[in-house]
Amino acid sequence: MSLTPDDVKRIARLARIEIDDAQAQATQAQLNTIFDLIATMQAVDTASIAPMAHAQEVYQRLRDDVVTETDRHAAFQAVAPAVENGLYLVPKVIE
Amino acid sequence: MPDASLSALAAQLAAKQVSSRELARQYLDRIAALNPAINAFITVDAEKTLLEAAAADARIAAGQAGPLTGVPIAHKDIFCTDGWLTTCGSKMLHNFVAPYDAHVIQRFKAAGMPSLGKTNMDEFAMGSSNETSYFGAVKNPWNTACVPGGSSGGAAACVAARMAPAATGTDTGGSIRQPAALCGITGLKPTYGLVSRYGMIAFASSLDQAGPMAPSAEDCALLLNVMTGFDPNDSTSLEREKEDYTRDLDQPLAGLRVGLPREFFAEGLNSEVAAAVEAAVTELKKLGATTVEISLANSKLAIPVYYVLAPAEASSNLSRFDGVRYGYRAPDYASLDDMYCKTRAQGFGAEVKRRILIGAYVLSHGYYDAYYLQAQKIRRLIADDFNQAFKACDIILGPTAPGTAFKLGEKSDDPVEMYLNDLYTIPANLAGLPGMSLPCGFDAKGLPIGLQLVGNYFSEAKMLNVAHQYQRATDWHSRQPEDLK
Repeated sequence: MSLTPDDVKRIARLARIEIDDAQAQATQAQLNTIFDLIATMQAVDTASIAPMAHAQEVYQRLRDDVVTETDRHAAFQAVAPAVENGLYLVPKVIE
Repeated sequence: MPDASLSALAAQLAAKQVSSRELARQYLDRIAALNPAINAFITVDAEKTLLEAAAADARIAAGQAGPLTGVPIAHKDIFCTDGWLTTCGSKMLHNFVAPYDAHVIQRFKAAGMPSLGKTNMDEFAMGSSNETSYFGAVKNPWNTACVPGGSSGGAAACVAARMAPAATGTDTGGSIRQPAALCGITGLKPTYGLVSRYGMIAFASSLDQAGPMAPSAEDCALLLNVMTGFDPNDSTSLEREKEDYTRDLDQPLAGLRVGLPREFFAEGLNSEVAAAVEAAVTELKKLGATTVEISLANSKLAIPVYYVLAPAEASSNLSRFDGVRYGYRAPDYASLDDMYCKTRAQGFGAEVKRRILIGAYVLSHGYYDAYYLQAQKIRRLIADDFNQAFKACDIILGPTAPGTAFKLGEKSDDPVEMYLNDLYTIPANLAGLPGMSLPCGFDAKGLPIGLQLVGNYFSEAKMLNVAHQYQRATDWHSRQPEDLK
């Protein structure tokens, strides 16, 4: 399998990373060497193997439905690039 | 002072031969003298350190000291630390002052251990050489033309140069063990789930695990006692009885069955590394161990599997960096979408972007089964190999890395060549098993060689026992770079 520069631009778009033609070209070559390495696992017959998502068999714990967090929005928003009246500011999306 | 073990420092503090403030001052002075050449720290804040040390002194004076109260430690810049710049080695977080403490930081604070600062690392822990840090490469204290390994390269280098008596690290594919090997110190990645990931900036959540880095196994045991424990804030934190990891340090090794995976001594291993590891096996035999050859046949697939699973998890985890809630935001943009795309293009470095793109691709429609699912299935085969091997042995031994520290820039243009450095360390992450690296010699160029131990789940006390007995019989772990003494 080989990625084309258009594939690279498509996945960069999915990942919301701006990329120009020259970068797509350079990235394509590097990603293809990595995918050549990854391709070695395709030869393994895994038809009867259950996928392993996690090292330990753990389950989501349940807790009582009560408030445990204190309101720290001022501290958390202090590190945001743009905030006004407790709201995160972003470019206008609705006219 | 720079030679003292954690237990020796703790004893000096308890006997009031030195105060925590004096100790912190000595290490801060050493950091000021050596860090310009090594670049192991991203942030040092003497005022904060000395305040924490003063609080430790008050605890000691009040008779409320724990085993390590007053002993300072350096933290990898991946751990959110309240009021401290926490960058994860990235431009994306170059201005992020964390508003809360990671669980690991909470535990070291509760233990009364002052922080000496935040150590340099590969950007978002993605790298094996520390060259991907936005804050510049870390230099190996044994030879400043060489890399310290990564991603916990700042942590390993600061301990090797005795700028800190100990440090925290994290290990997703070898990021504690490989830099520990390349810098000649001891480092341990615990069983997945023993140390809380809360507040530890996520790379690949099913693999990430924090652990201790220090000169000796005994030091690591003391640190592990502080770091481990259940945390409801981490959904994968394990609810287990608290253990004392120092309990078996002095046990004899008679009857210990050491498994030698033939795949770890095959082609690709540097001959000097092989010779040093084999000499360590001979040493363990003298201490009463026996050896058995084992096979981890699927371990050769660990790198391809890892470079599907880790980027997949990373592409999801790193989607949170969008210029809205914290960190970097691009200065100019035309729309919300443009702001995301420019922020992420400018805020992430090349290796991080590469891995996000791999992850986005393997998770995308039409490729999920062929890549992600196939990788998860082989992950099980790799874990099953270990389960089988542990029927025949108590501990697995091999090299930590295929070679010693390489030159800065030597592998930075070839991602695959760089990835191969983690050939022997990744399998333990995929299986969730504990692994550690300890010094076992030097190559002809005077660079340290690391020996890796992989134990069964929750066998940290046994691994530390083996490592401690080896370190009682050898002195590799106490060697220091001559010109930094």
